[in-house]
Parts: sequence; C-alpha cells; structure tokens
Amino acid sequence: MNGMVSLTINGLVVSVETGMTVLEAARFMGFPIPTLCHMDGLSPYGACRLCVVEIGEAPRARLVSSCTYPVEEGLIVRTASRRVIRARKMILELLLASCPQSKIIQDLAAAHDVQQQRFRQEYEDCILCGLCVRICEEQMMAKAIGFRNRGEKRSIGTPFDLHSDECRLCGACMYVCPACQLRCTYTEPEKAVCGGCANLSPPCIEKEPFDDMMCNMTPCVACEIQKD
Amino acid sequence: MEAVVDEREVVAIVDRHNAQCGGLIATLEEVQTVYGYLPERALRVVANITDHSLVDVYGVATFYRSFSLRPRGRNHVCACLGTACHVRGAPMVVEELERRLGIRAGETSADGEYTLETVNCLGACALGPIVVVNGTYHSKVEAASVKKLLKKTQPEAARLASEPKVAVSSL
Amino acid sequence: MRLHSPDDLKTLQAELCNNGHWTGRTLIIPAGTCGRASGANDLIRKAREELLRGEFAHLIRVRVTGCHGFCETEPSILVEPDGLFYPRLKPADVGRLVEATARGEIVEDLVWLDRETGARIPHQRDVPFFKKQRRTILSRSEQVDPEDIDSYLRNGGYSALLKALEGGDPAWVLQEVKSSGLRGRGGAGFPTGVKWEMLAKQPSTQGKFLVCNADEGDPGAYMDRSILEGNPHSILEGMLIGGYATGATDGIIYVRNEYPLAIKHLHIALEQARGLGLLGENILGTGYSFDIQVVQGAGAFVCGEETALIRSIEGQMGEPRQRPPFPIQSGIHGRPTSINNVETWANIPIIIEQGAEVFAETGTEHNSGTKIFSLVGKIRNTGLVEVPMGITIREIVHEIGGGPVGNAEIKAVQTGGPSGGCIPASRFELPIDYDGLAKAGSIMGSGGMIVMDGHTCVVDVAKYFMGFLKDESCGKCFTCRKGTQRMHEILDDITQGRGTHDQLDLLEELALVVKDTTMCGLGQTAANPVLSTLRYFRDEYLAHIDQQRCPAGVCKPLITFSINENCSGCQACAKACPADAIYGERKQRHTIDTSKCIKCGTCRSVCKRDAVEVA
Repeated sequence: MNGMVSLTINGLVVSVETGMTVLEAARFMGFPIPTLCHMDGLSPYGACRLCVVEIGEAPRARLVSSCTYPVEEGLIVRTASRRVIRARKMILELLLASCPQSKIIQDLAAAHDVQQQRFRQEYEDCILCGLCVRICEEQMMAKAIGFRNRGEKRSIGTPFDLHSDECRLCGACMYVCPACQLRCTYTEPEKAVCGGCANLSPPCIEKEPFDDMMCNMTPCVACEIQKD
Repeated sequence: MEAVVDEREVVAIVDRHNAQCGGLIATLEEVQTVYGYLPERALRVVANITDHSLVDVYGVATFYRSFSLRPRGRNHVCACLGTACHVRGAPMVVEELERRLGIRAGETSADGEYTLETVNCLGACALGPIVVVNGTYHSKVEAASVKKLLKKTQPEAARLASEPKVAVSSL
Repeated sequence: MRLHSPDDLKTLQAELCNNGHWTGRTLIIPAGTCGRASGANDLIRKAREELLRGEFAHLIRVRVTGCHGFCETEPSILVEPDGLFYPRLKPADVGRLVEATARGEIVEDLVWLDRETGARIPHQRDVPFFKKQRRTILSRSEQVDPEDIDSYLRNGGYSALLKALEGGDPAWVLQEVKSSGLRGRGGAGFPTGVKWEMLAKQPSTQGKFLVCNADEGDPGAYMDRSILEGNPHSILEGMLIGGYATGATDGIIYVRNEYPLAIKHLHIALEQARGLGLLGENILGTGYSFDIQVVQGAGAFVCGEETALIRSIEGQMGEPRQRPPFPIQSGIHGRPTSINNVETWANIPIIIEQGAEVFAETGTEHNSGTKIFSLVGKIRNTGLVEVPMGITIREIVHEIGGGPVGNAEIKAVQTGGPSGGCIPASRFELPIDYDGLAKAGSIMGSGGMIVMDGHTCVVDVAKYFMGFLKDESCGKCFTCRKGTQRMHEILDDITQGRGTHDQLDLLEELALVVKDTTMCGLGQTAANPVLSTLRYFRDEYLAHIDQQRCPAGVCKPLITFSINENCSGCQACAKACPADAIYGERKQRHTIDTSKCIKCGTCRSVCKRDAVEVA
C-alpha cells in the first residue's frame, strides 16, 4: 500500500511515502541527523540513540530513535530541539568516555561542540552498535557472529569464542565498524578529546601488536599483509 | 567435570518442546536439568536440528541468568539479593558465604563441591535474607548463622557425592 | 469426567457444596513458599498426627493452602469457621491447639499478643495487621486448596465464567470490565477494559493471544507468586473470561522460573481444568475454544517488559523493541496480543461475579478496587496487604504494618521497585493511587513497598538499584547500558567517600538523558531511584560528599565499629567475629581492632547489651 503521509518536521509540512522512517524523511528534506549504528542497506537497529528526535507536543513530547520510528500522518517532529541537543551531547560524552580512539566518534563530538568528557576514561574497542552483526547476517548471509550476555557484560563474537565455520573471512565486519574503521593514532591517555586527526588508513595495518582490537577474523587480511 | 552428552537425549528434549511457544528456552532448561549446566556439545546439537542458528542458541544461553555454561558444583548455594533482603543485610551474608566457601559469587569451588550464586529476587521477601541450599529455603539468615547453615549441607554433600555425576534421564 | 454444558457445571458445583459441606472445624495452614521456608511442613505433619492420635477426624479437618499474607508470622494456623488466628507456632504447640479446637476452645497464650496494650486478640479480623485490609483476593487463598479444583468449585469457582458464557454476549463482558475501572496492576495502570476492547477489534484469522505476565521481577514484590501458588484457578478463570470477551484463541502464562511451587500448582490446575473440559475445544458445549500454556522465564528482569516478554515467549533474547507497532496490533509471532498482570487477571472473576458497579465502589475516582502490596523491609508486620485504593501510606505503614522494627524511625518507603522512587515520611498522608504516587515522583509499580528506617542509607539504596539495573539491562541501547554503568560508578564513588559536587551535577544530568533517550521502560525509569532520593534526601548525599560521613551507618568505607561502656565482657562478639578483630578480657570492656575489622556487623547482631556502635 504505497500512500503518502503528511507530517511536520521542524515546522515544515512534508509529504513522504508510507513505510519511510522519520530518519529517512528528515534526511530527504535536508535536515541533518547524526547516526552511528545506522547504515543504508541494513535493517535499522536503534542501539546508539544518537538519532533521537523529539516527537509530539508538550506535555507528552518524547524522544524516539528516528531510524526505527515509522512516519505517521500528522506526526510533529523536531530534529534539533534543546532536549535533543542535550541528549546528543551527553551521548557523545559517554561515547568519548568509552571509545576515544574512534575517529568517527571524535568527528561527531567535534561537530556537536562537545569539549569535555567528565567520566572515568575507558578504552573499549566496541560500542555494540551491531553493524557487524547485521552485515554478517543480512548482507553476507553468514551469521557467524552475534550478541552474547547482557547489560554491561554484553559483547559480540562467535559462539564459544571459537573459530567459526560460517565465517568466510570476508572482512565486512571490519569494514563497517565505526570503532576500528578509522582509528585515531593521536591518542594521549589524559586527553579524551582529540584535536584533529588526519589519519585515514586502517590502523591495524600499521599498529603492532594487533591484539587489543576487536576483530573476528583469524587470521585477517591485514595480518597477512603485515607478515610480508 | 565436563558432562558426556548423549545426542539422542538432546534430540528427544528438542522434540518435546519444539512445537510450542518459547520452545528454545524450555529446551535449554530441560537440558540444564539433565546435565546440571549447558554443555557446548548439547548446544551445537540443538542448533543443528532446529531452525535456530548457533549464534542465536548461544545468545539465548548467555542472555538468561539461570543458564550456566560451566559445570556446577555438587552443592548449589543461592543467595537472594532482592531489595527487601538487601536492606536486611543480605550483602553481608553473601560476603560471609564467599569467605567461608573461598569463592566469589558466580564461581564453583575447585574441588567441585560448591557453586555460589546470587539471584535478584526469589519472592520470599518477608523472610529475608534468604539463602537456598540445594533447593531448601533458609530464612532470616545472618552473617553469624552462615557457618551453621553450611555445616547442615555436609550430609547433603555426602549424599549427592554418591550419585552419578551425569544424571541419566529416565523420561 | 467431562462437563458438556453449563448445566453440567452447575450440577457439579451443587453436588460439591452439598456433599462436601463440612460442619466441623478446619485448621487452615498456609504453606506457600514462605510458609514452607518457615517450617509449615512440620506443622502440617504434626497436625495430621495429632488428629489421628486424638481421633478427631470427625471434628477437625486440615486444609493446606497457599500464602495468606502475614508471612512474618508463619507458620501459622487459622481456625475456620471461628476465624481464630494462631501465629508463629512451633510443632510442640500443635498438640494442645488441636485438643482445644476439638473442644471448641481458644488457646489464649498462642493467639496474637498486642505489644502496646498487652491484650490478647484471638480473632483474625481484630488483629491490627488484618483489620484495615480489604482482602477480596487474598481471603480466597484461605478458602481453597490450590491443588484441588473441587475446592475451587465448592467456593463458587468458575461461576463468573458461567455467567459470562450464559450471557452469550462478549460485548457485555467487555463493557463490565470497562465500567469497573480496573487498571492494570502490573504497574503502568492502563485501563484493562480499553486494552481488551482494542484487542477485540483486531482480526483473529491467525489467532490472538492473551498473556498472563507472571514474571514479577521487581525485587521485594511477591504478591503474584502468592496468588499463583494459592489460587491458580482464579487466573485460569480470568483468562477464560478474557478470551471469551476479546476473541482470543490462545493463552500463555509466562512465569519466572524462580517460582517452582507456583509453576507446579499451575500445571496441576491446568490439567484438572482440562480434565473437566473447562479448557480446550468447545468449552461446556458453547463453541468457545481456549487453552492455556505455561512458559517459563529464565532469569531476566527485562522480560517483564511487554515487548521483551514477547521475544522471550518466541524463544529469543529478551530485547525490547520500539512501539509502535504495539503488542495489540503485532505481538507474539506478529499476532495481536494483550498482556496483563496476574493481579489484574485475579480481579476479573470478581468483577463479573460482583458486577462492575459494586467493584467500583471500592477505591477512589479513576482508581477502583483493591491493590495488594508487599510490605517488607524495616517494618514490624511484614507480609502482603490488600487495601482499597486511596488508603494513605501512613495507615499502611503504621496501622497495618505496626510501625518500625528496632529503635530507628521510619524515614521513607520505596514503591515501584527499580522503576520507582521513595516517598519520605513527611508525605505519608499521601493517598495511594496511580496518579498520586506519580505526582510524588514514584510509581505504583507491581506493589512492592520497601520500608526504610534511619539505618538505611538512601545513597546505598540508589546504588543498589543501579547495580541491579545495569546487570538486568539487555544492553542494546547505548544510553541504558552505559548510563546505568556510569550512574552506578558515580554512586559508588559517593558511597566510598570519593564523591564531588561536580559528580552530583553530572549524575543528575546523566539521569535525565538516560530517562529521555532509552527505548524501553527499564531504561526510561532507571533514573527514578536516583532522582527521587536526590529530591527528598539530598542532605544525605551531601553528608557523604562534604563530610565523608554516612548518617545511616551503612557505607563501609565511611563507618567505624566500636564498643561502648554497655559492654559486659561476655566475649560473644569476639567469638563470633570472622576476622578475629575483637579482643578483651572476660568481664572487661572489649575493643575492636579497626585495622582488622571487616565491618560485617556480626558483633552488633550477637551483642545483647547494645554495646556495639557504628559511626
């Protein structure tokens, strides 16, 4: 059923196809919404919460992840209200506090004017955005990796952490990962916020040893190159 | 302590639960009742004969608290850490249990005698703090009474020690 | 023996009432999980022995039931029809109790003793704990044997279902439930009749589901367990009525696996109901078909949330998903599903039986009926209390609950579990209902009411809840997973004396963002314990931060144990101390070596002279 739906985004009345998400509709109209766990071609997941927008009107206005929210007739959306901005900045602070060596996260933080990170600094290699899981299942049809455990112990990996028969060493998981894709090499442990990073090549080719990265391929292409 | 998995047994368990809602979880619960935990071999068999991928089976097995992927001790000591028990001093009881058993919550003692676990609420809140030992509920437990409580389990330890480690299903 | 028509059922009910009519006395022994943990099994055995020994079988019977609610006093015995209440019995007491009962006498020294007046109160209805309750649901647990459907039928069981089926009009049932004003007892308080109406409108070509949410994950709440153990048929009847009203085809009871007795009683009840033809195809020949299945949980608090529960039923990890679409439109395997709490289901037969108008007479406007609370924590009379909506907290805590235990004042109650907040003693005149509690910064939740006194540290309680939530969070949403972890980190710093004012501000900021941005109820309400304790007890937080002091004497790094002049030198503490940190001569005042002291509190609990101080 391909009808059109009329909704209001940032005061502008727009008409889009049913079945679109609010994220798609907003971007289509040129409104920028940051995302981390979203990728065209993969099912939306709603894990990173960066894409939150404010819907409805006071006192019932609430924030929802725009990547998973379907457009509705008469919906009122604000993509950059004060509540939204406050949320995004705190989310970015939390991201910097966990994964400062990701250039994507650093760039997002800089774009949102996040100057500080007030939590205890951690250096995790994974933000559990699930892009690797989804690309492995949906695009590569392998389903070699998945989520395990829950809460703060949640992680991604192969069952039993053993070599997977389903994994075809395609490298898609590494390709989509925002944490290891473009890695900051300018990391000073005391400074969570990076000044400006020009590094563009995948760091695992240069970095040695390769042990503290999240990589689900053993051995990987980069490892092979490194050996030569 | 690793159990020997009888594949036909696991297949039978899957068949019993496959058709119904929540089948996978019920299957894993029964596998755990039989083997005391979820052996890797059993999970692989389940994945092979159902529509679930091994990734999903492993995900479910690790998501839910009541499943254990490691063998458990002969005596299962479970302390409740619900709110009512907490305000009545349950954390002290857990600390005392950890001290006396020499293991932290979630671990099994090296000799395979005891597994100590905590649960987020057993629902017997009026009688807290509660400690369940091998299925028996002990109420109003204090740090001072832990020693006596554990002593009571000794005869059970001896009784269970004489039973075979892998429960052969008589279903 | 299958029943083939409504008349068959009526005949059976009449038969049971006439044949089973007992003119003697009954010893009712509550043996739910609490009862058994307190020794009810021994009491039951002794009672049966005594009946045999004295040959009293023609005068007295024993009925083993589920929980009655006054768990603090179990094992206990209730004598019917006199309504005598004998609390805290020992097996040795049973002999003379049985003999006295056979003679129609009361055993004075075994009945309730009122601490204030010294008076003896033999009748249950006069005992302060029971007096102000309105035990519509809980009283039924006293009357039925949960393992025997005949017992349920004899007490009017399945009459409400009869009434609904004989009326022949599902719309009438829907209207009754709507007019009753019943709101979901699981916590959110959504009008049940409205929910059912929405389900009834959904197409049932592929089946429609009714779910009984018996996950009861809130630590401190156990009323659902009590109903399931004590009166499982009331739930089955409720669901049958619901199925009829909404056109649902399948029922599922999702029970947490930490409730083995409840699961056992449910299976027995289902088998018996099926045996009679009250569940299955063509029930009582009316053409209505409905069956119920039990699905067990596996230890996940988040599975109490609707969409996570659905995923768990489908055999997946309990990760919630965004709504819309709502479970009513697309639930289990994409089919329309209505999820209701155990207590909500227990109210349905009552509404149909009594009529919506009578039901709505109890309670307040927009909040009708009774609510069962689990009154636990630092309170004298611990147990389950069923009260009309609108009763004040003060009445529950002081009149029913009997006030504080020990010498510390009650300072707050925590309602709503990890999703709720605390209400300070200064606001105890607040009438309890969904809207009132929400305004005070808490929620009704499933009914857990944890009493806190001067020895309970609110920062420690907030930290406890945050620790619980970060463990139970499914971990999908970044803000919930990291947010609960970081909030716990900050609370931990504060309880260790390392907290700063900046951290307190950060805690509040973070709490608001977690509340705003998380997808499901767990994350959205995760901040409530923190925000509400900050609202009412900020000074306690500040004492930890500014003075490195824990006013309640709980946070270990901030307290020291010492022995005062009350000490008689009995050496009890020194012997009990697991760290060998106490020394002293016999009959001389002892001393605690603070360098060895692990602050476990054992010395304080064994000291009979109040000589151990915590500061």
